[in-house]
Amino acid sequence: MNSIKRALGIVWMILGPLVLFYLVKTAGAEITKNPVWGTRIEWGVFIVVFIPIAVGLVLFGYYAVKGEYEEIG
Amino acid sequence: MSSTSIPDTAAGRIRKVIAASSVGTLIEWYDFYIFGSLATVISSQFFPKTNPTAALLSTLATFAAGFIVRPFGALVFGRLGDLVGRKYTFLLTLVIMGGSTFGIGLVPKYETIGLAAPLIVLLLRLLQGLALGGEYGGAATYVAEHSPAGRRGYYTSWIQTTATVGLLLSLGVILLTRHLLDADTTRSIEKFNDWGWRIPFLISIVLVIISIYIRLKMSESPLFTRLKTEGKVSVNPLKESFGHKANLKMVLLALFGVAMGQGVVFYTGQFYAQYFMENVCLIDFDQSKTIMILAIIVATPFFLLFGGWSDKIGRKWIMLIGMTLAVVTYPFLFRQLLDISDTTRRTELTGQKEIKSSVAFIGKTGNLIRTATTLTHYEGGLVLNSTKKDTLYANGSSSLKPETKIAKTLGTGDYLKMTLILFIMILYVTMVYGPIAAFLVELFPTRIRYTSMSLPYHIGNGVFGGLTPFIATLLATSFGGGNKLVGLWYPILVAGICVIIGALYIPSGPRKEDLE
Repeated sequence: MNSIKRALGIVWMILGPLVLFYLVKTAGAEITKNPVWGTRIEWGVFIVVFIPIAVGLVLFGYYAVKGEYEEIG
Repeated sequence: MSSTSIPDTAAGRIRKVIAASSVGTLIEWYDFYIFGSLATVISSQFFPKTNPTAALLSTLATFAAGFIVRPFGALVFGRLGDLVGRKYTFLLTLVIMGGSTFGIGLVPKYETIGLAAPLIVLLLRLLQGLALGGEYGGAATYVAEHSPAGRRGYYTSWIQTTATVGLLLSLGVILLTRHLLDADTTRSIEKFNDWGWRIPFLISIVLVIISIYIRLKMSESPLFTRLKTEGKVSVNPLKESFGHKANLKMVLLALFGVAMGQGVVFYTGQFYAQYFMENVCLIDFDQSKTIMILAIIVATPFFLLFGGWSDKIGRKWIMLIGMTLAVVTYPFLFRQLLDISDTTRRTELTGQKEIKSSVAFIGKTGNLIRTATTLTHYEGGLVLNSTKKDTLYANGSSSLKPETKIAKTLGTGDYLKMTLILFIMILYVTMVYGPIAAFLVELFPTRIRYTSMSLPYHIGNGVFGGLTPFIATLLATSFGGGNKLVGLWYPILVAGICVIIGALYIPSGPRKEDLE
């Protein structure tokens, strides 16, 4: 079980930037489609909010790889 | 204390604690939801689309309040609660929420004071988000710190009912006010859209004053009092919560292993389902609201049931099974909602078709508004109401884009079927949400509990959950191609990842006996 936890840690570490990349890409497409301030604010808010969340997911993955969750699970 | 049986005096005290905390939290949820439920009316009064600045402020009010200010409120008030105590902090959040809600009910229209109106409403809405961010963690912590170990899940589940009952209360008050302003329903709704929408905001102040009075009479949490007496209160709760690896890893586990999945299940079952009924299935506004009200009433006791069970069998698997059931059955359940409201699968009762039309002058302009209503009856009692409105100008031309509204009214059998489906979705909500307060409380030490549990909860609910209707609609628009269920991929993916993380990384052991 502990090796699965560690291995999946890499997945969480990759997932963070992947989600952020997809979000920025979608934001760009949506803003291009409808270039008004309302759309820019909406997507701007999403990106601002999701940056720390994505960093958190990378950190979570890093802790999992390092075996930090083995002692509690 | 680890005993599950508590003396009568202690039982009386805990009941008062639960009542004082729950009533305040319920009012805060009510206050937060009425703005969302009345968004269309508020928008027409304060944020006219003709003024670009007002429209921008509207977007900010919608997005910033839930996604930025709520987690920010969790940090601000969580820190305060760990520094000065739970009681005064969640008293403060109640005052801010009550004051800003009452204030929204008093703000003059855009027509009267111009741009100041949307600016004031935006400010008050942000204050609402801030207060909500601070309230929940305080109430859950306060109740948990009064509860004996073996009943912590059950007692905190009373707090968990408040979000859903707050929604119920807001729907009920709105529905009643919409219909009680005039004997004629149409005129009553017109009055509601003009000024009656203020009533749900204004009456909140009475409930807030009662709740403040009750909370003022309560004492501080015993665990926090002990900490204060021993001089062990945290000096910097934010640094201790998020700057130390030992605690930060638990915050991240709480967010990715439980809160984000709980957030999307909560919002899909109660908000996206409502949106889906009204905008995709095109169910009549009043009927969709009463379906939701009925489903909530029947499901609410299950918060207490699952909260109580979590004391006996552990919190983890109740929440994760709730999420798994949601992931697996959402496509089927939403498909049923579509099928029930699908008129192409039914035989039309052609003999019962009704067509009504009327023409009325628009003020003194000389223009006319022409309304044509067609009622098409189908087997099973379903009625399709199609209302087409267009303007006939005095110069003889008519409006280029006539406005057409479609609403379906269900027969009794279908109405009950839809209520059952909504009940099942809210049952999942009770599974994931009932035990979560006790789970989060037990994950963190008393000195930084308020701060540490509030942030993952409000990111999970405010951000992941709050985004559900938006992302689901975006998915359906961008990738749907006629498939109306594409929007469900967002809650399914988020809850699915959460189930994997929760199942693997969250300890399955027995509940924590004593809070540190």
